[in-house]
Amino acid sequence: MKKRKERIDRGIKVRSEDIFALCSWREMLYLSSPRLLPIVGLLVLSFVLSLYWQKVLLSVSVIALLAISWDLLAQSGMVSLGQALFFGMGAYLAAIMNHYWGWSPFLTMPMATILGGLFCTVLLLPVLRLRGIYFAMVTLILPIMLVRVIEATRIFGGTEGISGLTPLPSRWFELYIIIVALLAAFFGFRRLMGSDFGLVLKGINDNDRSVMNAGINIYWFKAQALFIAGSVGAFAGAFMTHVYMFVGMPVFALDYSILPIAAAIVGGTGTFAGAMFGAFLLVPLSEILRGLGGLRIVFYGLFLVVFIVALPEGIFHYIQRKYHQFERWVEVEK
Amino acid sequence: MSASPLLNVSNLSKYFGGVKAVNAFSFKLMEGELLGFIGPNGSGKTTVVNLITGFVKPSGGEVIYRGQDITGWAPYKIVRLGIARTFQMVRPFYQLPAFKNMIIPLYSPRVKRMAGGKYGDRDAIALDLLEEVGFERDSFVAYKIASVLPQGYLKRLELAKGIALQPDLLILDELFSGLSLAEVASIVPIIEKLRYGGMTIIMIEHRLKELFRIADRVIVLNFGEKIADGLSKEVMESAEVKKAYLGSEED
Ligand SMILES: Nc1ncnc2c1ncn2[C@@H]1O[C@H](COP(=O)(O)OP(=O)(O)OP(=O)(O)O)[C@@H](O)[C@H]1O
Ligand SMILES: [Mg+2]
Repeated sequence: MKKRKERIDRGIKVRSEDIFALCSWREMLYLSSPRLLPIVGLLVLSFVLSLYWQKVLLSVSVIALLAISWDLLAQSGMVSLGQALFFGMGAYLAAIMNHYWGWSPFLTMPMATILGGLFCTVLLLPVLRLRGIYFAMVTLILPIMLVRVIEATRIFGGTEGISGLTPLPSRWFELYIIIVALLAAFFGFRRLMGSDFGLVLKGINDNDRSVMNAGINIYWFKAQALFIAGSVGAFAGAFMTHVYMFVGMPVFALDYSILPIAAAIVGGTGTFAGAMFGAFLLVPLSEILRGLGGLRIVFYGLFLVVFIVALPEGIFHYIQRKYHQFERWVEVEK
Repeated sequence: MSASPLLNVSNLSKYFGGVKAVNAFSFKLMEGELLGFIGPNGSGKTTVVNLITGFVKPSGGEVIYRGQDITGWAPYKIVRLGIARTFQMVRPFYQLPAFKNMIIPLYSPRVKRMAGGKYGDRDAIALDLLEEVGFERDSFVAYKIASVLPQGYLKRLELAKGIALQPDLLILDELFSGLSLAEVASIVPIIEKLRYGGMTIIMIEHRLKELFRIADRVIVLNFGEKIADGLSKEVMESAEVKKAYLGSEED
């Protein structure tokens, strides 16, 4: 008996004609399950995890927020090497409002989100004209500079940081607020980039002269993208500040810049889902490797290299392709 | 009022290092004119367009549009005044369908203003504009992604992006280059229609025969300088132009 490999594009019929999707439950499920998966998955996770892994889930979500924020900037033609700037800015703003002014976390978190996004945008405004590596270098340098300013001037607790900040009401509250924020940002970003506004941002990434030539002020659009991405990063920082009840210079650490990029690259850029997926893979991985002590970074680096070499398109793109298109062996009649 | 030119360029210069790409270039353009720019390769035609549209900052001289000095303005501000241009090298968004390529110009603040403060249905307008430049409505070609479109359609797309901005002055940088005679023949009526609709047009062309048929006036550039300016036929009679194009004995 002979067999032949057959490749089936499952998605094409459903994807091209919306009306078809309504014809069968299977196809509706096929279309909606990728959207339901992150929602259901996160809710289930929050129940089944132990206390320790619940804490890991918080860090995962924070890195995921920073990773999709990075992806938004990358899709708009801005390569950021300084997600720590957004994170640290939000963290310090929330701490300052809480410690010096006595504001509750319910006020500091939204305020730090908006003001953090605003301050980061203003800081980067002068370099919006720079492209590629030049813009990236500035974003890399800014958080490093801010740390040194805090160290040298001893403001906001200097090297000691600020401790004794107001905690969030409960562990469950922490979990659900970050899950809701992550899902909102994720679906919001996807919708944004699917809109005509998002198309302009992608156009700037692709060919900014051509967008300018349409009478569009690309710097205004870049600034808006920067504000949105910065706000999301600042929220992550403000949130963590209240979880740790502490803020200090480590919030500007390189980890918060590099880990989100690694997540986005390993997961796959340009979809947000890839960046999120990458965070859910890399952060727990790094926890599991903790037992290895000094060799942890070596193994971690090895994993990264293997992933990137094996699936340069990113894991998410690979899964997506396999989901929409599957191969099977069929018998060939002789 | 009618005597004042739409565009008044005087003493425009651009030096790239030691290269005088454009040197003390002046001309006036009246409303409704169709002006041709010709000249050998590297004579500075594209640079003149870049200087007018703000993509390159001049080393000297000025550009006056409707009595307003727009020298050195940012490109997006110049577009909003009503000057649109196409690029010699087409660079569409290759991963997007042709009609989605039109969304970006249709998102322009100029389009919003011309429509009285609100954008229309961008997808529908995009399809209408594409049909106007020759994307057959019932052939699905407007829905194909740009990377599979042949050069002829990419050039039409470039033209449609310019028209989408509803410019008063449209500058076409070598729209015909790389196209077959038949394709050129099918685009010429589109340009003539725009022109009879009142649009002022500058065309940069190497395809002299086609240009001379539709242009009112032609300016010849050589080494960044204007060497002739006049009616199509007269210009080609000029000794200097013949020398620039055909070479001279002494060289
Ligand atoms: N950005 C630049 N930097 C340096 N030199 C440049 C630049 N742009 C143009 N030039 C030079 O200026 C001169 C004029 O170039 P331009 O592109 O304007 O010519 P053109 O008339 O459009 O030519 P073509 O018919 O080949 O399109 C050329 O010598 C070119 O090398
Ligand atoms: Mg040229």
